[in-house]
Amino acid sequence: MSEIENFLAMDGHGAFVWPAYGFAFLVLGVLLLWSLRELRSHERSLHKLRPQDPDAA
Amino acid sequence: MSRLANPNRFQKLSRRVLPWAAGLAGLCLLAGLGLGLFFSPGDYQQGESVRIMYVHVPAAWMALGVYTLIALASGLFLVWKYPLADIVARAAAPLGAGFTLLTLVTGSLWGKPTWGTWWVWDARLTSVLILFFLYLGYIALQNAFDDGARGAKSAAVLALIGFVNVPIIKWSVEWWHTLHQPASVIRLDGPSIHVSMLAPLLLMAAGFAAFFTALLLIRVRSALLARKIRALRLVQAAADPHIRGR
Repeated sequence: MSEIENFLAMDGHGAFVWPAYGFAFLVLGVLLLWSLRELRSHERSLHKLRPQDPDAA
Repeated sequence: MSRLANPNRFQKLSRRVLPWAAGLAGLCLLAGLGLGLFFSPGDYQQGESVRIMYVHVPAAWMALGVYTLIALASGLFLVWKYPLADIVARAAAPLGAGFTLLTLVTGSLWGKPTWGTWWVWDARLTSVLILFFLYLGYIALQNAFDDGARGAKSAAVLALIGFVNVPIIKWSVEWWHTLHQPASVIRLDGPSIHVSMLAPLLLMAAGFAAFFTALLLIRVRSALLARKIRALRLVQAAADPHIRGR
């Protein structure tokens, strides 16, 4: 087996290690995108109501 | 504390801190991943599955830390009526729920190769599951009332009552017989794991904490904007002769 295959196999524990990392970055990614989307949406709404506001997008 | 409770001051501070927190999160997570996946050794008993520790343990620390922050902010909100304390607690709750879910799932993925089971109803695992339900209950209660102030007050009381679960989680491995191993980093006599594993673990923990800080600042800013939008809409509605005349 190549070195990369060995690394991915994680000595037979790859089926547990990689899903753990995948799920971790999925959760962090969802939280980040959700929070940014909410902020952008509020900035746009504020811009419609008061375009000169420094907090508006 | 009261200086920070002013939303305008908080906004100014958050604008300065946010890029640093985001940068620190990126750097620490990259360095922690590099060290944890490529340079740290496997465990003599658990083999390579020990690498799950580098996401599981920081997530668990964050789950407990964020709940502690929510309880503290809830106390400030109930006693001194700081509106910003309620906003911070409300903004932190979904993040804490995310970290707790991450702890449960990665713990299950680590438990299978280590203990031979995905789940066991022991004190540590069950108390962390209760923490997850406390987060969900807090979020649900915040939004359960038409009167937002009642929702905020009820959720703050739940957060304070639920805080009793935090020391139970921490000490559950000492108080009861559990499958879960005892603490190996936060101990009175110092960490019991080798520096080659401790370094990536602490880097990942710092990365998770900085990531949380950045997201919290974004979410608080978002909540303050939402309040401003609501206030502006009320002013516009009051000034509108069609609405005023009804």
